[in-house]
Amino acid sequence: MKEFIKIDNVYFKYDENDDSDIFALNGINLTIGKGEFIAVVGHNGCGKSTLAKHLNSLYLPTTGDVYVDGINTKDDDRLFEIRKKVGLVLQNPDNQIVAGIVEEDVAFGCENLGIPSDEIRKRVDNALKAVDMYEYRTHSPDKLSGGQKQRVAIAGIIAMEPECIVLDEPTAMLDPQGREEVMSTITRLNKEIGITIVLITHYMEEAAAAGRVVVMDKGNVLLSGKPKEVFSQVELLKRHRLDVPQATELIYKLKNCGCNVPDCVLTEEECAEAVFKLLKEKTSASLSYSQVRKRVK
Amino acid sequence: MAVIRTEKIRFVYGAGTSFEKTALTDVSFEIESGEFVGIIGHTGSGKSTLVQLLNGLLRPTEGTIFLNGKDIWEKPKKIRNIHFKVGMVFQYPEYQLFEETVYKDIAFGPKNMGLDDDEIDQKVRNAARFTGLREELLESSPFELSGGEKRRAAIAGVIAMDPDVLILDEPTAGLDPLGREALLSQIADYHKVRKNTVLLVSHSMEDIARTADKILVMSHGQKVMLDTPEYVFSKVRELEKIGLKVPQITKIMMLLKEKGVNVDPSVLTVEKGLNEILNLLSDANNNCSRL
Repeated sequence: MKEFIKIDNVYFKYDENDDSDIFALNGINLTIGKGEFIAVVGHNGCGKSTLAKHLNSLYLPTTGDVYVDGINTKDDDRLFEIRKKVGLVLQNPDNQIVAGIVEEDVAFGCENLGIPSDEIRKRVDNALKAVDMYEYRTHSPDKLSGGQKQRVAIAGIIAMEPECIVLDEPTAMLDPQGREEVMSTITRLNKEIGITIVLITHYMEEAAAAGRVVVMDKGNVLLSGKPKEVFSQVELLKRHRLDVPQATELIYKLKNCGCNVPDCVLTEEECAEAVFKLLKEKTSASLSYSQVRKRVK
Repeated sequence: MAVIRTEKIRFVYGAGTSFEKTALTDVSFEIESGEFVGIIGHTGSGKSTLVQLLNGLLRPTEGTIFLNGKDIWEKPKKIRNIHFKVGMVFQYPEYQLFEETVYKDIAFGPKNMGLDDDEIDQKVRNAARFTGLREELLESSPFELSGGEKRRAAIAGVIAMDPDVLILDEPTAGLDPLGREALLSQIADYHKVRKNTVLLVSHSMEDIARTADKILVMSHGQKVMLDTPEYVFSKVRELEKIGLKVPQITKIMMLLKEKGVNVDPSVLTVEKGLNEILNLLSDANNNCSRL
């Protein structure tokens, strides 16, 4: 996989005059490949959002460098190029909608890039179709649901034809259906158009859908790997104020009781399948009730 | 006795204008004193309108709301007293902190209730304890606190008014998993000690399943059901149709049931699910040894 974003030994401090050695980002190194879908998780204050804002030059490293497709984010002359390549979607959809009509809102970014108007028309239509909001193009954004607004915000980014979208807790304020709409939209953009996705989230079920999960702690990478590799480390995650999906937790606990189950499952279906198999193999599972109880304690 | 009773309430935003929008229609329910009620519903289902009606911030277009048997709008000029009795914690309440010190911020509500200094002091310290704010933080500026601490301070400000009914709108949004769990169990402890009524609005079915005695389900401005979590989460199809879900563990149990396994699908926590499966395994073993 071709390298797209490179975070090279980055330290960051919010207050330049602060002499303490506490950094929001603390010597972090991370490489994101082109077309990758990574989820970044970590407790409040671990530096996730600070990192997100480094990916399109909103913040610049105190020391170290961030490269987007080979361009250093400190290169002021190429700022627009960087912002065009990496789009950012924030937590609260109400804070990022600027126009009174959906399609005008989606066009806003393109207009700022100075794209010809007939080209904008095409891009806006395509972007709205990509997030499944085309039929709402003449509606007023404030009448939409949270999930719909968030998809409009994503469309505004897509219209700029970025190579990468960074989403900072895009589903924190949404209901279960809105969450699912946003998740299936970004999964599709990644799979079908090949857009690189960096998803920051507190929902472990969402992180489980990514190709790679990066766990952050104290401004650095604690753990990075395929979802199953990361979520099999239940104790480590819990020690760092995190959690695993309930499906993963159930299988983990069964395993601790000596049951013959896979090392890690992520989805409800996988979990039900594993438990079903376990129950079917009940004759070979040679645990007596009292043994099981003892191990649970 | 019912602490809150609503009778056919209807609420219309911008009545008589071209932006007229009906947010609630024909909503009637009763909440017993001391209950912990979770409120769920899709975005725009009317949850927030409903809770604002319950503490008198909005006035129903039609219908009546009774608090302890009394119409809350009987004396419109006295509606302020309803704000004290039905305490409301809004979404992202940390944006509402404004005082110089955490202590003064928490004391703002009780002060407006006209309490004397000793009473205020007691209420502030109690509220801080309930929300897990350390005593030494009380003298610092609320803006020096961490995000989680700010949220606790804001919630303490409402708890300090000692409301009969405490309403929290998405109190855990944006907190990390441990922060979410800690805050929820503090609210549950407060509920247990204070024995008042708590209404919790949340999009997290797992959080609601863990804490609530009853769940009020809203959809398109109407009440869909008000029942126990076991009953509500057994209605998977109905919930999915209105954009909601059941907790992941409940879904797993249902999938097992569909595969013909004899499990109780109304399991709401991982611990219960684990016990259920272990019981099945040991039953199986006992049967085997008998063979």
